[in-house]
Amino acid sequence: MVPTDLRYTKEHEWVRVEGDLATIGVTQYAADQLGDVVFVDLPEAGRSVEQFGTFGVVESVKAVSDLFAPLSGDVVEANAALATQPELVNREPYGGGWMLKVRVADPAQVDELLDAGAYDKLTAEV
Amino acid sequence: MTETRDQAVALTPLVETHRSLGARLIEFGGWLMPVQYTGILEEHRAVRERAGLFDLSHMGELFVEGPDAGPALAAALVSDPPSLAVGRAHYSMICTPTGGILDDLIVYRLAPERFLVVANAANAHVVSDELAERLRGFGAVLDDRSLATALLAIQGPESGAVLQPLTGIDLAALRYYAIAEGSVAGIQALVARTGYTGEDGFEIFVEWGRAAELWASLLDAGRKRGVIPCGLGARDTLRLEAGMPLYGNELDTETNPFEAGLGRTVKLDKPADFVGRAALEKVVRDGPAKRLVGLVVRGRGIARHGYPVVADDRRTGVVTSGTHSPTLNMPIAMAYVAPGDGEPGTILGVEIRQSRVAAEVVALPFYRRPR
Repeated sequence: MVPTDLRYTKEHEWVRVEGDLATIGVTQYAADQLGDVVFVDLPEAGRSVEQFGTFGVVESVKAVSDLFAPLSGDVVEANAALATQPELVNREPYGGGWMLKVRVADPAQVDELLDAGAYDKLTAEV
Repeated sequence: MTETRDQAVALTPLVETHRSLGARLIEFGGWLMPVQYTGILEEHRAVRERAGLFDLSHMGELFVEGPDAGPALAAALVSDPPSLAVGRAHYSMICTPTGGILDDLIVYRLAPERFLVVANAANAHVVSDELAERLRGFGAVLDDRSLATALLAIQGPESGAVLQPLTGIDLAALRYYAIAEGSVAGIQALVARTGYTGEDGFEIFVEWGRAAELWASLLDAGRKRGVIPCGLGARDTLRLEAGMPLYGNELDTETNPFEAGLGRTVKLDKPADFVGRAALEKVVRDGPAKRLVGLVVRGRGIARHGYPVVADDRRTGVVTSGTHSPTLNMPIAMAYVAPGDGEPGTILGVEIRQSRVAAEVVALPFYRRPR
């Protein structure tokens, strides 16, 4: 079971909404599928992201994958630790491996996302 | 409905072993193969620091035997197999009449009139058919034992220490690119000091049905030295650091050995005429049309297969392989560029997604093992 306090995209990103601030990362399932993450390309603070639009790129040894934003908003902070420790994405995908903090533009967009049960079901089908 | 071809993927004798070890399996060259067990970085480091065990049973094993076996191979390949001493091997290529590479090979001389040619999995059928054709008229027969011969490799600085107690073959006397016949863990085997990782190591050919037993013996013997199973993912990063080409990336029928920097395999001074000779002599006269180089990306991102390479604002070539180098901890790549753009120290650009990232041409290999 994935953390129940988070919401999820079908592309395997998670989001934690606290007030008008959203923290975004990728799920354990995504991290496992990617394999060893060696590079994460994230937008700088001040840039805006669109719900379900690409906001960055994660590269493992084998492959490159786009990252999709669960919600629209302005980037408040990108996780600087990933520049030197990209392996945090594999080790602590829901903790130290977080990617972006975003000022939420429209809280109603959360309803477009999967809850933990629906996300578990999605990954069980794959 | 479109026509569907029921082309079943082939299985090595170890596929259940891989599954039980938790490997992630992918299709590669028509085979279901382990890409990783615990993780590419961990497996890569195991080979650089200790040793790793690989299942390479997908490779093609073609035995050529007969009084004309040597001359037949000299006519079929770019190298000169008759010049090999018994028990020695060399790297070779089989080319088209226009000089394009059909496959890169290792040729082992097992006896005066018996050779083993090891081909890449995806090309094994093509090479087998082509060799059979080229052997016609010679006193030599081809025995394609690809599906009867398993191949395991143990690679890394500890591989000799792991293997020696299991075999009567004196490994200290087995030189690089040499092969000997003997018993390993009680199993009749051909043991070669060859590999595709840039480390010392051994490749062990056994009967298909004995592979699981050999795998278990090697893993057991290596456990206390930290030997772990390694997949194709680590094999790829290891060979790339070692500057070794991969067929389908650096090598194909549109590329000749001189362009790939492997002109040393082409023996234009051998007496035999061989397929591709005239075309390759012309390449030597005119110079290659492109040049394989090593690149170190100096900016952000990883240059991957297919990404364009530019010199100033001119497109000069394309990346053939690229990854994050686990040993050097930086993005490395191989690329074909115009001959004039390939000098080490040249700063080129790689188009990584929407941005142009600086990359420096460096001499290959990226990594050379300490001796």
